[in-house]
Amino acid sequence: MNAAYTVRLCHLYPEMMNIYADRGNIAVFRQRLAWRDIALEITEIGLGDIVDPGQHDLYYLGGGQDRDQNLVAKDLAANAATLQAAADAGAAQLYVCGGIQLAGHQYVTADGTSLPGLGILDLVTEAGATRLIGDLVIDATIEGTTQRVVGYENHAGRTRLGASCVPLGRVVSGHGNDGESGNEGAVLNHVIGTYLHGPLLPKNPWLADLLLGWALEHRYGQDVALRPLEDAVEARAHTAAIGRAGVRR
Amino acid sequence: MRRLAGFIANASGWLSRRLGRGGGTTLPGVVLLKLRPHALAEYAADLHHGSILVSATNGKTTTTRLLAAATRVAGYHVVTNTEGSNLERGIAAALLKGANGAEVGLFEVDEAALTSVAASTQPQVVVLMNLFRDQLDRYGELETLVDKWRDLLDDLAAQHEPPMLVLNADDPNIAALGRDRDNVVWFGVDDTSHAVAHLAHAADATMCRNCGAPLEHTVVLVGHLGHWHCPNCDATRPSPTISATQIALTPSGQHITVRYPTNAGPPITMTIDSPLPGLHNSYNIVAAFAASWAIAARTQRPQDVDAVARVIAETKPAFGRGEIISIDDKRIQLLLAKNPTGVNQNVRTLLNSPGELHVLVLLNDRTADGQDVSWIWDVDWEPLRPRLASLTLGGDRAWDLALRFQYGGFDMDKIKVAPDPSNALDIALNDTLPGQTLHALPTYTAMIDLRRVLTQRGYTAAYWSDE
Repeated sequence: MNAAYTVRLCHLYPEMMNIYADRGNIAVFRQRLAWRDIALEITEIGLGDIVDPGQHDLYYLGGGQDRDQNLVAKDLAANAATLQAAADAGAAQLYVCGGIQLAGHQYVTADGTSLPGLGILDLVTEAGATRLIGDLVIDATIEGTTQRVVGYENHAGRTRLGASCVPLGRVVSGHGNDGESGNEGAVLNHVIGTYLHGPLLPKNPWLADLLLGWALEHRYGQDVALRPLEDAVEARAHTAAIGRAGVRR
Repeated sequence: MRRLAGFIANASGWLSRRLGRGGGTTLPGVVLLKLRPHALAEYAADLHHGSILVSATNGKTTTTRLLAAATRVAGYHVVTNTEGSNLERGIAAALLKGANGAEVGLFEVDEAALTSVAASTQPQVVVLMNLFRDQLDRYGELETLVDKWRDLLDDLAAQHEPPMLVLNADDPNIAALGRDRDNVVWFGVDDTSHAVAHLAHAADATMCRNCGAPLEHTVVLVGHLGHWHCPNCDATRPSPTISATQIALTPSGQHITVRYPTNAGPPITMTIDSPLPGLHNSYNIVAAFAASWAIAARTQRPQDVDAVARVIAETKPAFGRGEIISIDDKRIQLLLAKNPTGVNQNVRTLLNSPGELHVLVLLNDRTADGQDVSWIWDVDWEPLRPRLASLTLGGDRAWDLALRFQYGGFDMDKIKVAPDPSNALDIALNDTLPGQTLHALPTYTAMIDLRRVLTQRGYTAAYWSDE
C-alpha cells in the first residue's frame, strides 16, 4: 500500500495492559484505515520508555491485572505531561477499563492506597467491595450524535466524574462507571474513557471512525474524509450482542 | 442420618433420569450437600488411601482420565468424577455413587473450587498442571488465583500428613508454588524440538513471583509453558523428575518417550503411542505418569510400570477433546474451545493435519462458556488463513466470530455464518468432501448442543452432562 496518509498510534504498555483482548481494538484501527488506503504506524511504549512529544495522533491504553496496573501507574508519571499536551493539541485518546482509571486524577485501591493517574480526565476511581461484571449497553452521545454502544464490563473500580468532563453515555443495561449514577465512561474533547470492552471497537465502528477522524484531523487538518464502509458484519454482531444482553431494540 | 441423606440424594438422580430431565449425574451431589453440608468430608474420610486432586486451567479432564486408568490397572479401587461436574457437587455425587469399598478418590477439580474441595477431602496427592488466562468473568485475575493456590498449599503443608505435590516445572507460576516445599514431584517437557518463537500473545506468568523481575524464556512450548529462568534471582525451572524427552506429533496422536524414575538404579525410558493429539496432551500424559508415580510412593505399593504405560497409551480422547466421530463418508473431530491457550493448541493440531482444512467454530456466551467473549481476539487464528478451504461460524455469538475473522484478514467469501448449531453443522458438512475431516471447535455449551444434534442424527451415543 502506498498510502497518502498515515495515522501514528501510540500504544501504551501493550505487554501489560492487554487483559480484555485490547489487541482487537488495535486490529480495528489498522483494518479500517487499510480499507481506506490509510497507513497505521504503531509505537509501543513499555515500562521505562518515554513517549516522544507531539509525534502521535492517536493514543491507546487498555486494562491490566492489578499488579501490572500498579506498575504502569508509577511508570506513567514520566509521560503524563506529554500525554496531557497531546490531548490539549487535539490528538485522539482512548482509555479502556484500567485505562479510564489511570486517565483520571487518582485510583484508590482496596487497601486504601492512592495511585495518582494522568489527570487528563476529570474523574476519580475508588475500589468497591464487589466487581461489576456483565454485558453493558449504553446510549453514547458525542458531538451531538447519539448511538447505542454495546460491550462487556468487569471492574472493581467505582468511577465518579468531576465537573469538567461529561459521561460517554447513559447506561441502558449493566452497571457503568459506579453502578449507581447511570453514567458510563467519560469524554473530554477528543479523549474517551470507558469500561466497555468486548473488545469495544469491532462491534461499535462508529466510535472507531470517530477516533480515527480525530486522529487524521490532528495530523492533517479537517480535509481527510473517511470513506463510509459497509459494516454489515459489524451491524449483525452489534444487534446480536444487544439481544444477548437482554435489551430490546 | 448419613445413609438416609445418601438414599434421598440417590433417589433424586434416579427421578431426574426417569423424568427425562437429563443427566442426573450431578443432582444427587447437590441434594446431598443440601442435606449434609459436610458430606464431602464424611465420604472422603472413608477412602482408605485418601483423595487425589487434579487441577489446572487446561488438561485436567484428560489427565484425570489417564490417571484413572493408571490407578485402576495398579489395582486400586477408584472413585472418580470424570463423567460429571468438577465442582463440589460433582465430587459429592461421585463419592455417593462409588462410596462402597473405594480406596482412592480421584477428582478433577475446578481451579476456583480447589481450596474448598481440598479442605474437605484432605488430599494425599495434589496435581497442579498450569494456570492460563480463562473466563475472567468467572475466575477473575490469574494472579489472584495463584495467590489462592499458594495459601492453600501453605494450609496443606501444616496438615498432620502434608500431601505429595505433583507440579509442572514448565509453568513459572506453578513452579513458584513449589519453591522451598518438600514432597514435590516435578514433571515437564525436556524435548525442545516443538518450541515456538515467542510467548503467546497476552501471555501470563511473565514476571518472577519471587522477585518481580521479567522472566526469560529460552524455550516456549505451550502459551507460557517452557524452559524459563529469572535473570535477577535464583528462580529457575526445576529439573523435572519425570519428563517427556522425545515427542513426535502426528495428525492422529503422538509418539512420546517418558523418562521415569526407579526405586533403585537409574531412571528408565518408555515410549508409547497415544491417540491424544498435540503438545498440550504431552503435558497431560507426563503429568499422569508423574501422579501415578507419586501415588505408588505415597501408598507404598509396588508398580507395574509397563501396565501403567500400556493403559495410558490406550486412553482415547475425552469427550470433545480431539474425539473423532464418523458421519457417513466424512469425519468430525471435536476440539473443545475453552480459552486462548487451549484454542491456540487446537490451531496447532489443525495445522498438523494434511491438506486443506474445513473448520466449524461455535461460540456461546452462557455461564459455562464465560459470558465475556472478548477472549476470541486473543487467539492466534491467523496461521489457519492460508490453509482454510471452508470456515463455518455458529453459536449465540457467531457474528462476534465473524468480526474476529474479518478483522484478522480472512477471505470473507470462504466464511459462512449460521448461529443455529444444526444449520451450521449442515453447512460445514456440505462443504466437507467425502473422505475429509471437519474440525469442529465449540465452546463448552456449544459442544453439548453439537453433541445433541449428532446424537439426534444417530451418530453418537447419548452423553449426559449437567455442567
